[in-house]
Amino acid sequence: MAQAVAVARAQSGWVRARGGGLARRRARIAFFLCLPLILLVAALVIYPALYSLHLATLNKSMTRFVGLANFTFLFKRETFWMVVQQSVIFAVSAVVFKALIGFILAHLIHRLPDKGQRKWRGMLLVPWVIPPAMSTLVWWWMYEPSYSALNWLLQSMGFAPVPWLGDPYWARFSVILVNVWYGAPFFMIMYLAALKSVPAELYESADIDGANAWQKLIYITLPMLRNIIAITVLFSLIVTFANFDIVRILTAGGPRDMTHVFATWAFKLGIESNDIPLGACVSLFMFPILGLAAIFILRDVHRRSRELAGVAG
Amino acid sequence: MTKWHLSRRSLLVGASSAALAGSVYGRARGAYAAGKLSVGFWDHWVPGANDTLTKLAREWAEKEKVDLTIDYIPSQGNKLLLTIAAEAQARSGHDILAMNTWLPGSHAERLEPVDDVMREILAQNGPTNPVVEYLGKPDGHWRAVPATPGSQMKGPASRLDLLKEHAGIDLLKIYPPDGPVNEAEAAKWTWDALLAAAEKCHKAGFPFGIGLGTTSDNVDTWGSLFHAFGAKLVDEKGEIVVRSDATRAALDFAKRLAAFLPADAIAWDDGSNNRWLISGKGAMIFNPPSAWAVAKRDAPQVAEKVWHHPAPVGPKGRFGPYLPYYWGIWAFSPNKSAAKSLLAHLSTRRAAEQLVAASQGYDIPGYTSFNDFKTWFEEGPPKGTLRHYPPTAHQILSIAAAPAPHKIAEQIYNQATITKMIARMVQGGESADKAIAWAESELEGFMRG
Repeated sequence: MAQAVAVARAQSGWVRARGGGLARRRARIAFFLCLPLILLVAALVIYPALYSLHLATLNKSMTRFVGLANFTFLFKRETFWMVVQQSVIFAVSAVVFKALIGFILAHLIHRLPDKGQRKWRGMLLVPWVIPPAMSTLVWWWMYEPSYSALNWLLQSMGFAPVPWLGDPYWARFSVILVNVWYGAPFFMIMYLAALKSVPAELYESADIDGANAWQKLIYITLPMLRNIIAITVLFSLIVTFANFDIVRILTAGGPRDMTHVFATWAFKLGIESNDIPLGACVSLFMFPILGLAAIFILRDVHRRSRELAGVAG
Repeated sequence: MTKWHLSRRSLLVGASSAALAGSVYGRARGAYAAGKLSVGFWDHWVPGANDTLTKLAREWAEKEKVDLTIDYIPSQGNKLLLTIAAEAQARSGHDILAMNTWLPGSHAERLEPVDDVMREILAQNGPTNPVVEYLGKPDGHWRAVPATPGSQMKGPASRLDLLKEHAGIDLLKIYPPDGPVNEAEAAKWTWDALLAAAEKCHKAGFPFGIGLGTTSDNVDTWGSLFHAFGAKLVDEKGEIVVRSDATRAALDFAKRLAAFLPADAIAWDDGSNNRWLISGKGAMIFNPPSAWAVAKRDAPQVAEKVWHHPAPVGPKGRFGPYLPYYWGIWAFSPNKSAAKSLLAHLSTRRAAEQLVAASQGYDIPGYTSFNDFKTWFEEGPPKGTLRHYPPTAHQILSIAAAPAPHKIAEQIYNQATITKMIARMVQGGESADKAIAWAESELEGFMRG
């Protein structure tokens, strides 16, 4: 008996050792397979990020190290705080509307029969598929100060023309509208995919219990979609905060700088006004804001995943 | 790569008709530089203009046996600006790049000084106009060679018929097609006269198309108004002097004029005024002849009534906005002597005249003695529309934000401080003093070293 136990122990030890070696070898292979991508990310993301940090610590002529002087300088600028405020208004309102519209559209399409669904899904994805610079140019023609197609329509119906890009508040509305138009299909497709993965049994049970549509939405759909909502909101927040093309093409930050977001103002300062260190500083301000948002959202996603795993276990 | 041969080239120089270019060829050959040169020229919007520049550059390269590569880089979408910024950072790229207005000064530390070439070019061509010198010689040294392609004036382009009919202004009497300026009549062409005409044309349904946006055309126009009123933001010594009676007067005038401009002028870019004129809606814009040239193709009935002429006179004089282009040689260029030789070749009167003709009169070289090319006398319709486009002693050439030191002026210009002050009053309802206080705060920021 003792001999049998000893043999079994020896065998299990051999298996563990063999398994460990295999795992280590697999990890090494995986690392080498990922290495080209890691190098690519390092070259295209990490190096530029570090370089922009370096630029942000130089003086205007880029001849002298000035530490954090550019950052403290920005804190004293009225325009900088206006840009911070505008970037937050732009990103948050655009993401909220994109999520809301995407959610509604996903539900509407989910309820359609399969055949019709494909058609609608394709059509609604069009704004997201067209390169944004191109579609924004079309929007610009619709808003164009002198020959706005939208104003032509309004006027032909007896309404007064709207200064889409000439009035700061209308201009803010216009850039947010284009961003929502462009980004809502992304939310729609993500939510639609998530909706399809919700088990039909949950809704059937709810029906048996007499739940109405609102209750099913609150107690089944939303909790089941919570993670995907959080991830899409985070992803969209990052992309929207960093948006450049829509604002640049429609208003270039005007009128009176009142539609500038971080990226367009950084371009204005860094490239157009040849103050690259200050431009780099402005663009770096996005990082802490988005970093904080990412921490909170991903922590919530992680907690939720653990809860779900606990329930499943 | 072809090496230059001193003796053979010397013979060719002897045969060269351009003495200036020849003298610089000699220096280039003497340097025994490698025979490869890469150039990034500005991509001209006039069809065929690039061909003439290519021909001139190739003829030089052939004579000098230089392996020349030419790229044409458009300014649309800031492509040229981005190329310059990227090459400056990478310290690699073309040997020569076209640079507009403020860029020679912005990149002064990264550009090869060209005092030696300019000394000889100036000896040959005579002096440049003051704007060319202010922008091209920001630190007492020439940082780039003035280029003909792209250099332009931004005076008014007016509808002869509409101004005569609605404002009673006969431009042909002031700026005749076949003779010099009628100074007695021109004395009446004041900013006040423009304001009165703007009001009348606005009432008649043909408002003047002057933008209040932040792009170059807008800044140049209002900049020339500020100069005409003697309003400066920062003086030569770098002192903030925006709080002055002259600035208040200019702002007050601008506010009154803005009342007669299109309601959405605040959102205008550099294309808006062109479209305004071409559409037939507007009686006047401030622009080089590009709007007229497009109208010749798209709206000939409009083009044949457009007249280019100098800006009105103000209390401190008649100021015409002039925007020069340059060719800069990067300090990292391995073939500076060949680059200088090419730029000297492109700066001869013969080359400039061909380039002006190829641009249909749009380009205005920076050398005062070159303002008599026949192209401007012949272009039309209407014939003579460009007769008064090149600058004469009749007006003082200017650039918005001058005479501030270069690095400050560049910020004032590119961040459109002047038009934003006006916009704050017109749209934001601010008083002149409040707009001035805002500008002071901005200017303090521009002083950052």
